Amino acid sequence: MAEVLERVTKIIVDRLGVDESQVKLEASFKDDLGADSLDVVELVMELEDEFDMEISDDDAENISTVGDAVNYINSSK
Amino acid sequence: MILAGKAALVTGASRGIGREIALELARQGADVAVNFAGSEAKANEVVDEIKALGREAFAVKCDVSNVVEVTEMVREAIDRFGKLDILVNNAGITKDNLLMRMKEEEWDDVININLKGVFLCTKAVTRQMMKQRVGRIINIASIVGVSGNPGQANYVAAKAGVIGLTKTTAKELASRNITVNAIAPGFITTDMTDKLSEDVKTEMLKQIPLARLGEPKDIAKITAFLASDDTSYITGQTLHVDGGMVM
Repeated sequence: MAEVLERVTKIIVDRLGVDESQVKLEASFKDDLGADSLDVVELVMELEDEFDMEISDDDAENISTVGDAVNYINSSK
Repeated sequence: MILAGKAALVTGASRGIGREIALELARQGADVAVNFAGSEAKANEVVDEIKALGREAFAVKCDVSNVVEVTEMVREAIDRFGKLDILVNNAGITKDNLLMRMKEEEWDDVININLKGVFLCTKAVTRQMMKQRVGRIINIASIVGVSGNPGQANYVAAKAGVIGLTKTTAKELASRNITVNAIAPGFITTDMTDKLSEDVKTEMLKQIPLARLGEPKDIAKITAFLASDDTSYITGQTLHVDGGMVM
């Protein structure tokens, strides 16, 4: 769990240029981390690569916070 | 050579305008995936010609209206070339008929290949181009998509759709440095236009200020230009390459 969060956080920090302290589980990509729709699509793409998994478009639409992403990755492992 | 080191995928590249586009991109230095739906022998000829130019090429069979086949085709192109810089959505068919007589099947077939195919291929390459932070998508529309044309309700609707799709995709992908433009060819000499009657051709010539039919190379050269790094500040546009037919 911790390891997943760490890797997810690194991707978010790199991609969105936010401070690590802002990346909380409840943080919304769009509302709190300044991502636009395309940024979220790209984040999902990078998560797919990082964790070597495929996230369907339907599932991707439900990922809107850092916690959503971490939970999704953990539950599909 | 304005496309040295680039990798391209051209749909419908075994014949007509697509064939000439594939060859011109190769002449300008690009490696090319040559998509075809039916004419494998002709696609292989194009591949051989490209290889003779010293570029890499391979033929790939794919129905552009089939999402599974499109995904596989794009994956193969990226596997082979290690990247994908240029997509030319050229594949297209006609099934002409007066609206009153047009069968639902004729409508669906043309919309599926000419419009849905562009959507599917574009969607499939976008991921790679977003990662690369650069890409060129060029959609071959048609001047009749701007002007309308009796007997081609399905084709015109599809091509007008392609022009709208071009603009929207251009807006969505601009921030990732991916440009999307359309070319609207006028009356170009290909198998597709050979089918038209002499009367229709004579009538069309009257509407062309430059008073001649276009050739596939007229389209191919513009495509290569739009695919080059020199056009980084043009996106969402439809270039009429039609001898001045529609201004």
